[in-house]
Amino acid sequence: MNTSYLHTSPFNPEHAVIDEVCAAGEPWVKQVKQGQTFRIVDLEGNQAVDTLFYNAHNPEERYSAADTINRQNKLYLSTGSRLYSNLGNIMLSITADTCGQHDTLGGACSAESNTVRYAPEKFPMHSCRDNFLHALAHDPLCRELGISKRDLPSNINFFMNVPVTEAGGLEFADGVSAPGKYVEMHAEMDVIVLISNCPQLNNPCNAYNPTPIRLLIWD
Amino acid sequence: MNHQPQIIWKQIVPGGCHWSGIIRRGTTLRLTDVDGGANAAVLFFNQEEKLERYNMADTLKSQHTFRLTKGHACHSDMGRIFCCITADTTGWNDTVCGLSDTDMIQKKYGTARFQEHRNQMFRSGLDGLLIELGKWGLGIRDIVANINFFSKVTTDTSGELAYQSGHSKSGDYVDLSFVMNTLMVLSTAPHPLDSKKPYQPGMVNLELFNTPPEAIKECLHISENIRALHNAQNFYCEGVK
Repeated sequence: MNTSYLHTSPFNPEHAVIDEVCAAGEPWVKQVKQGQTFRIVDLEGNQAVDTLFYNAHNPEERYSAADTINRQNKLYLSTGSRLYSNLGNIMLSITADTCGQHDTLGGACSAESNTVRYAPEKFPMHSCRDNFLHALAHDPLCRELGISKRDLPSNINFFMNVPVTEAGGLEFADGVSAPGKYVEMHAEMDVIVLISNCPQLNNPCNAYNPTPIRLLIWD
Repeated sequence: MNHQPQIIWKQIVPGGCHWSGIIRRGTTLRLTDVDGGANAAVLFFNQEEKLERYNMADTLKSQHTFRLTKGHACHSDMGRIFCCITADTTGWNDTVCGLSDTDMIQKKYGTARFQEHRNQMFRSGLDGLLIELGKWGLGIRDIVANINFFSKVTTDTSGELAYQSGHSKSGDYVDLSFVMNTLMVLSTAPHPLDSKKPYQPGMVNLELFNTPPEAIKECLHISENIRALHNAQNFYCEGVK
């Protein structure tokens, strides 16, 4: 990992307009307005924060992993990365990061992928896609946008490290994050943030112990 | 592969064009890069329930790979396999770099409208897939990270990407052996990271034949693929074998 991406923020949590904790395995939805700053804090370390963004006024415009990758020629996210939409617009820019590397390849866990990756009997376990679908069914902002499973593309996994080898291998390496590390981004448009604070119990990346995160927004 | 398949159906897709159709399970689609340097941008949907679609993340992480080649399977977002890659003479196909769009094509190659250029006009990968998706009642919401057959993109340890020019040669082919009835949409527009100018996207030949009995085994050395194949068989009420 390149430490030159490490960048602390001048923002003081005491001045945040939103300061909330999202418990392990819960969804979290909020609007971040253009010009606001949004921070995700990994409170206990190595927690995967599966995150999607939607244009608050046009649900067909949403975060796109492929556009974010091909428009910057880069696989990993950190300070200076722009998060692009499927329409080629910058949704948010990462302005501070004390972790240094975030994944945009690994996507979200689901009941169905758990049967493939681990074992058929893992099907009843809680998953990120269940979290997303729960939020889509209940959260007023999601309901207002009218988004459904059809609108769930590949998401960002903040605080996760999924290195790719030159030979084309894919690894899951844990340990890039630690208690209190955070990533912060500036909203370039009004966005709806949809988070699943990952409940994955089969993957050693979080020591099989999903933990809470803290979400802050500044004007 | 020594097997000489009996072709059931074939179709030429010129460079920069697009195509879509239903591929039945039990058949194999061979994509051939006719002149070398082609890109085949592809997405898969379950014919019966089009909310089920190709999933880049599940495909990559289930097989611990960044490149797709012979022996890999293309996974859906519902824990099933659309198809197994049962032959690949290129050794590497990209699935993270997405599609070219109109702006990219214009900035890189300029504008060539139908008015002046007829069917040699410049077309983007995104527009090609949107046109094909529209024929099946789908649209922009259904576009997720796609596969770019015949294109190789490598990365260094910092995640910097490098598009490998000249990767696919004339006559290179990829065989996709389908285990689900699949709507496939395809664009032969240039890969978004292809820096080669002028706009000269390559032609792709499609040929369909019945899947040889042993072919699927190519993918079953990966236990995740065995479970995803069982999930697909369950979908068709075939039970777990």
